Order: sequence, then C-alpha cells, then structure tokens
Amino acid sequence: MAKPVILSQHLPLRWLGVLPFFAFAFLFLILPTLYIVIGAFRTPQGGFTFDNIIGLNTPTILNAYWLSIKISFWSALLGCVIGFAMAAAITVGNTAKGLRNPLMTFSGVASNFAGVPLAFAFIATVGPAGIITLYLRTEFGINLRAYGWNLLSAWGLIVTYLFFQIPLMILIITPALDGLKREWREAAAILGATGPQYWRMIGFPILLPSILGTMALLFANAFGAVATAIALTGPQLNIAPILLFSQIRGDVLGNPNLGYALAFGMIVITGLANAVYIWLRARSERWLK
Amino acid sequence: MSFLTLTHLEKTFGQNRVVKDFSLDIDRGEFISLLGPSGCGKTTVLRMIAGFEQPTAGGITIDGKDVTALAANSRNIGMMFQAYALFPNMTVADNVAFGLKVKGAPKAEREARVAEMLALIGLADLGGRYPFQLSGGQQQRVALARALAPRPSVLLLDEPLSALDAKVRVSLRNQIRQIQQDLGITTIFVTHDQEEAMSISDRIVVMNGGVADQVGAPFEIYNRPTTKFVANFVGTLNTFEVEVADAASGRVMLAGQGLTLPNAPLAARTGEKLSVALRPEALRLGRLPDAEALLTAQVTDVHFMGSVIRVKADLAGAAVSLDTFNRPDTPPPVVGSAVEVSLSGRDFILLQA
Amino acid sequence: MSRIFAWGALLTGITFFLLPLYGMTDFSLRMRRGVYSLDAYRAVLADPQFQATFGYSVIMALFTIAFGILLVVPTAYWVRLKMPELRPVVEFITLLPLVIPAIVIVFGYIRLYNTSSWLPLTGSAMGTNILLMFGYATLALPYMYRAVDTGLRTIDVGTLTEAAQSLGAGWGTILSRIILPNVLGAVLSGAFLTFAIVIGEFTMAALLNRPAFGPYMQILGANRAYEPSALAVIAFAITWACMGLIQLVTRFSKHERAKA
Ligand SMILES: Nc1ncnc2c1ncn2[C@@H]1O[C@H](COP(=O)(O)OP(=O)(O)OP(=O)(O)O)[C@@H](O)[C@H]1O
Ligand SMILES: [Mg+2]
Repeated sequence: MAKPVILSQHLPLRWLGVLPFFAFAFLFLILPTLYIVIGAFRTPQGGFTFDNIIGLNTPTILNAYWLSIKISFWSALLGCVIGFAMAAAITVGNTAKGLRNPLMTFSGVASNFAGVPLAFAFIATVGPAGIITLYLRTEFGINLRAYGWNLLSAWGLIVTYLFFQIPLMILIITPALDGLKREWREAAAILGATGPQYWRMIGFPILLPSILGTMALLFANAFGAVATAIALTGPQLNIAPILLFSQIRGDVLGNPNLGYALAFGMIVITGLANAVYIWLRARSERWLK
Repeated sequence: MSFLTLTHLEKTFGQNRVVKDFSLDIDRGEFISLLGPSGCGKTTVLRMIAGFEQPTAGGITIDGKDVTALAANSRNIGMMFQAYALFPNMTVADNVAFGLKVKGAPKAEREARVAEMLALIGLADLGGRYPFQLSGGQQQRVALARALAPRPSVLLLDEPLSALDAKVRVSLRNQIRQIQQDLGITTIFVTHDQEEAMSISDRIVVMNGGVADQVGAPFEIYNRPTTKFVANFVGTLNTFEVEVADAASGRVMLAGQGLTLPNAPLAARTGEKLSVALRPEALRLGRLPDAEALLTAQVTDVHFMGSVIRVKADLAGAAVSLDTFNRPDTPPPVVGSAVEVSLSGRDFILLQA
Repeated sequence: MSRIFAWGALLTGITFFLLPLYGMTDFSLRMRRGVYSLDAYRAVLADPQFQATFGYSVIMALFTIAFGILLVVPTAYWVRLKMPELRPVVEFITLLPLVIPAIVIVFGYIRLYNTSSWLPLTGSAMGTNILLMFGYATLALPYMYRAVDTGLRTIDVGTLTEAAQSLGAGWGTILSRIILPNVLGAVLSGAFLTFAIVIGEFTMAALLNRPAFGPYMQILGANRAYEPSALAVIAFAITWACMGLIQLVTRFSKHERAKA
C-alpha cells in the first residue's frame, strides 16, 4: 500500500507517467514542425541561409499568400458578423430562445462539416450547374454568372467557408453573450441609458475582445484549410495551402527548401492570428473574473 | 403629503403571488428598510419601484407623479445591486460619470461631479482604476457614487452589503447612512439582516410572504412587535405560558408570582392560559428594587460576548436567554448554579397568533 | 426594431445553412432524368472503391480512437494527480494542432520519416498507415484532451485513487476500472468527434498517398456529377450522427452522475 507513495517520490518515475505523451508530441508534432522551420533557413547543403525566405518574394508566392489572407479575412469577418447577430438573437432579449438548442446542435454539426463534402454541397447548390443556379436561370432568367458570381473563385470559397465559420462563431460567442450580466443592463437602464446606449457603451465593448479573438481564430481556421479549396477549385486557385499542396506533391517551385519557407510563412501567419486570439481572450477574462 | 407612495402593489409570477396588497408611504429624506426572510418579496418590491418589473396591480407615485407605467430609464432613481454590477470595461471615474453622460451633461460638469462623488466616498485617488482592481468594499462604494452622481430622487439598495465581510459591512453601512443623511435622499434598503436594519433605518417594514407585517421605527418594531412573526424574526425572544388572574386589570400569574401586563384589559378570560414573551434584556440578574417579581433560575450555559454576557437558564419550566452587561468587578454566573432573576409585567409582549 | 433585426439575422443565417443541404440532397436524387431516384446512392454504394476506402477510413478512425484514448487518458489523469505544474505545458501542446496547419505537419512527416531517414515509416504501406494514424491522433488531440480533462475535473481523482490503492489496486487497474468508467462519457464524446474528423479527412491521407475516404471523394468529385452529392449527404449524415451521439452520451453521463 505504501509502495506507490514511495515510488512517486522518485522524480524519474513520476515523469514516467507523462513520458509517452511527451514522446508522441515531440516526434509527431513538434519535431516535424521544427524540421520545416529549420529547413526554411537552410541551404540544400545544410548551411544557414535567408535565401529561402527572400525567395518567397516572387509574384506567384506573394499573390498566393495575399489571396489566402484576403479569403481568410473576409470569411472570418463575415462569419463573425453573421454569427454574432445570430447568437445575439438566440440569447439576448426574448426573441427566439426556443431556437437556441436546435441552433447550437446544428452549429456543432456544421462547424465539423468541412472539407470535400462541403464543397460538393455548394457545387450542387450554387455551382455552374447547381440547383439554385439553374432554378434562377430557368424560372426568372437570372444568370448568376452575369452578376459576377462564380463558385470556383475566391468569393465562392469565402461563401463556402462561411458554412463552418458562422457556426464556429456561434459556438464560441454564445457563452460570452450569456456572460453579460442582467445587472449591467439594469444598472445602465436605471442610470438613464437607452437600449442602444447600453449596447454601444457597455455590452459591445465587453464583448469586443471575445469577438476579435474569435475572428483571429476563424482567420487561422480558414487559412489552413486545404480540402474544401481543392475539392472546389482543383489545384488552379492560387492560395497558399494549395500551392504548398502542389509543392509537396511535385515540387512545383523547383526548390524543396522554398517549400519549407512557404510552410514556415503559413505557420507564422496562423501563429500570429492565434497569439492575437490568446491575448484578447486573456484580456476579456481579466475584466470578467 | 408623502414623497414616495406605493398603493396596493401586487405582483404575480405565473401562479405565484409574490407581493400582496403592499402599501407604503415614505417621506422625503426618509431611510426605510425592507426586512424579511429570503423569498418574501423584498427584491420584487424594489424592482417594481425601479421599473424592472411591472406591477400586476397597484400604483407607484414619486413626488406626486405617477410612475407606474414609466420605463426604468426615465424614473431618475439610483440603485445599488448586491453584486456591485460595476461596468467592467470602464474605469471608476467613467462608471461614476455614466449616468450624467447618457443624459448628455457637458464634460466639465461630469468631471466636477465625479471628483465630488469620489471624494464623498473617500476614493478620490482611484478614479483611474478598473473595477477588477478594487476590493469588494471599494467596488460597492463606487457603485454608491455611481448611483448618486446623477442626483436621483430616490435611492434603492438591494442587500448591498451581503457580499462583504463583517468589518467592511459595518463601516460601509454607517457610511451609507451618513451620506444619506447629508444628502437628505429618500432611501429604501433591502436586507434580511435585522441588526443592519435596526441600526440605520428611520423606519422598518417587516415583510412576510409578500405582505408588510408591521411598519415602524426600529424601537417600536423591536419592543412592540404586533405579530408573532415580527416578534420572532426581530431579535431573540423568550416565550412563557401565563394564567390570567384578572382580565380587566391585566393581572396574570407566572410560577406563583403575580404580574400586570401593559395591554389591559386582556382579550382572554380569567383562568385561561396566555402566551407571552420577553426580550433577553428584560430578564435581569439579581434582586432589583423596581422589579415586579423575583424568580429563581438554573444556569445552563454562559456565553461571554464582550460587553454583553448572554446567560441561558431554566426559568419557570422554560428555557430562556437573558442578557446582562459585563462588569469588571462582578464575575459571570457559573453553569449549574441558581440565580435570582428580576422581571416586570410591563416588559411583556403579548403575542397574537 | 431589435426584434425585427434578430429575426432577420436568424432567418438569413438559417436560409444560408439550409440551401446547400437542400441543394446537395436534391441534386443527389436527380441522377435519373425526369424523376427522383436513389440511383446515385446505389452507384456509390456499389462502387468497390467506395467500399474499400470507406472501410479503410473507418478502421483508421477506430485505431486512432483507441490510440488517442491510450495516450490521453493516462496522461490527463497523471497530470491532474501528480504533476499539476505541468498542466499549462501539456495544455499548450494539445492546442498546437489548432495553430499549425495539418498540411504543414504532414509535410514534416514526409520529410522526416521518408525511406532514407532514421525511422523510415513511409517505406512500407503498414508504416505509412501507422504514420497517418499518428497524424490523425495529432489532429484529434485538442478535442480528445479537452474532453477527457473536463471529464476528470468533475470527479475527485485524488480520493478515488487513494481509495483504490488502499484496496490494493495497481495503476493499470485504477486506470481501467476506476478512472476510465468515470470519464466514459467524456471519452466517448472525444471518440465520436475523432471519428467525425478522421472519416472525411483529406489533406494528410492524400499527401501520404493512402486509399482513404477523403481522397476518394475528391477524385470522384472531379469525374462525376451526381455521386458527389450523394457522398456529401452520406458524410453529413455521419457528422450529424457523431454529434448526436456526443449529445446523447453527455446527457446520459450527466444523468448517471446525478443519480450517483
Ligand atoms: N422573475 C421571476 N419569475 C418567477 N418567480 C420569481 C421571479 N422573481 C422572483 N420570483 C419569486 O418571487 C419570490 C420572491 O422573490 P424576491 O427575490 O422578491 O425575494 P427576496 O425577499 O428578495 O429574497 P432574498 O432575500 O432571497 O433576496 C421568490 O419565491 C422567487 O422565487
Ligand atoms: Mg432579494
């Protein structure tokens, strides 16, 4: 009976309990990432260099990053705005409380419904031969294409991403909306504030760190997504993850170390977005502790 | 003509009648406490005055104006909440200035008022801090300053002290009372702590099950409770059965001793039993010349509480508590000993069912 | 005013969600000209490639789940019991897969574990399968760890362990007989989420060249018209089932705890 107690006082044995985890995390998460990061600063012969990073400065690669950032930004922004409006509708006030549970459940499903099948769903609906596209053309003579709509484009991708971005926003922001205390609203009212004044001066500022933080998370989420983009547009659309995908498959850049640099750039961007998320989140928690 | 009038207020939540036929007249500058056990409807009354709940029936007037249908944000009332409810995203100064800001007061006026209010609550240096950087007591004082800054006509306080620890609670309640008297602001204070209510109120409303059982000054409530509930809820009470010897003159017998009750003639008939009560301080240790009767009691327990000593004893077949002041030259009674207790009929409280 | 706004936002959002679901369902039923039919589903289900890749992904998901449980439950337990000072580190590591894109991780695998490396996992099919399974376990790590850790928070790990030790139980017994049953709901939630993630995963499987369901769907999508929609409906149904099961076990384990 006393044995485990004595054992646990030996430091090495205590560490044995977490060894498998750390070994796994090191070998299959940290080491591969490090390998890429280090590779980004190495010559094919193994020496240190900045050439790979400098080599990213070509129109193709810069455009790929830029388009990726634009797509991720807009899908995050729209996802935030629409998701927030929907979450507010089911929490604040007495508008649609009954829809709360179904919508939360659905959000859990939709935020995990990404990748290839999501692209199929959108192709079937608003793709060139999609149900809605054809319906509008035959019934109303509206040619979506003539209005600039093309699913197999950056904006098509943004709209498709919204299908998981909005639910993710709803899932994350609903608890934050629940965290708005009734007393704040009442204290504001008794001090003479109107509803809009309460939102402008109290409700919204309190939520702002959470909203911006979630937006950073949505940005990173869209930035790393590969499957939906490939299934939607094939390898044509020049965005960073697809370029990297092609590079891994066939060295389209003609320089393996440039591939590392490309991947390193992606880590930096998603890493920054997540740092923003963590920082803003800590800030809002500090207020509300 | 009273300043704040509640007439026949009623509030029902679903099937649940939470406030029943509640009427009250409050004078300008008066400090009223609503006192009662948990769930008796104190908060609900306060929230109806504030405008957060619409009364099911009845009316509210403030300064001659019917506000029953008025929205909370146009009643010009100040309120302090149990959980502080400071706006976490604003500094202390911005919190205090909020009421003036939404009314569109110019910046210079707001700043002057904030400085004045922070000085009033003794936190002049903390205007730049955020609420999470303050202690509970400081936060609640800021909440008081915030409520007072727009010069409300009525101040409502819903158990503002219950989240604080004992020391802070006492000092803050005295500060609230002091400020209230300086400003002469009509105040309603909700609490379930009777000592708190006694110590700072002009009048107390004891509530029970949504009804105002008794309204009166603390002295009156404590010494002349009109219902059994009030007598039991406020302070400690010793109850006895006495036998009526002469209903007309109020003469009763307790353990062979004659006593004259103050409320003669008694409603009970001669020979009947009657339930009466005494406060612990009305039972006095020793043989006192002005006492009507002298009884012997067995001491069962002694609590030394500082300036007061509370003695538990068996007296005339009842377990009683009696309070006596500490005197450095007189040692407290010993457990197990017999002591003499003086009492008078005029101190008895007659309890209605 | 605000009511109109709220309903407007909800209706817009719900329409946006329902249209693609309607679109894919409707499209998947139109393979036969002029009438609704289940032909597309029949074609998909009869495709030997579908059966093979779907079976492959199910098996990979099951192995990933088993591996994930074996890795995460003892770790989370041990950290709570003996090494709370490691919590921030472990939590940070488990969140890394949300930060580092999957495509970068698998890129690292390909270079690190290729045929000429010290651990040539990609040299054989079995090795690559194992590597892919590790990759899936990495992707699922944030969800699995959070689920299990939340489950452990609701039970008193220290007291349970001491009680078991005083009855003479060893670590293996404690973990499998005491801890696991107590966090079963949480573990199952993590497991179903892992299943939902693995079954349709594309990037890792495609780059490691494994015959999984995700790459199969992508290839089919490039070559066929109606079958992809049928696949999308099937995939959506699987995701929905996984989430439904999670809700079910969560409710059930709460209920169990309330009874206890
Ligand atoms: N919004 C509501 N809906 C339904 N019932 C309510 C509501 N608000 C209060 N009640 C009920 O009304 C009764 C009185 O509540 P109230 O908050 O006024 O009591 P209280 O005297 O302030 O109690 P406490 O000392 O615990 O604060 C309680 O039984 C409570 O459950
Ligand atoms: Mg209350």
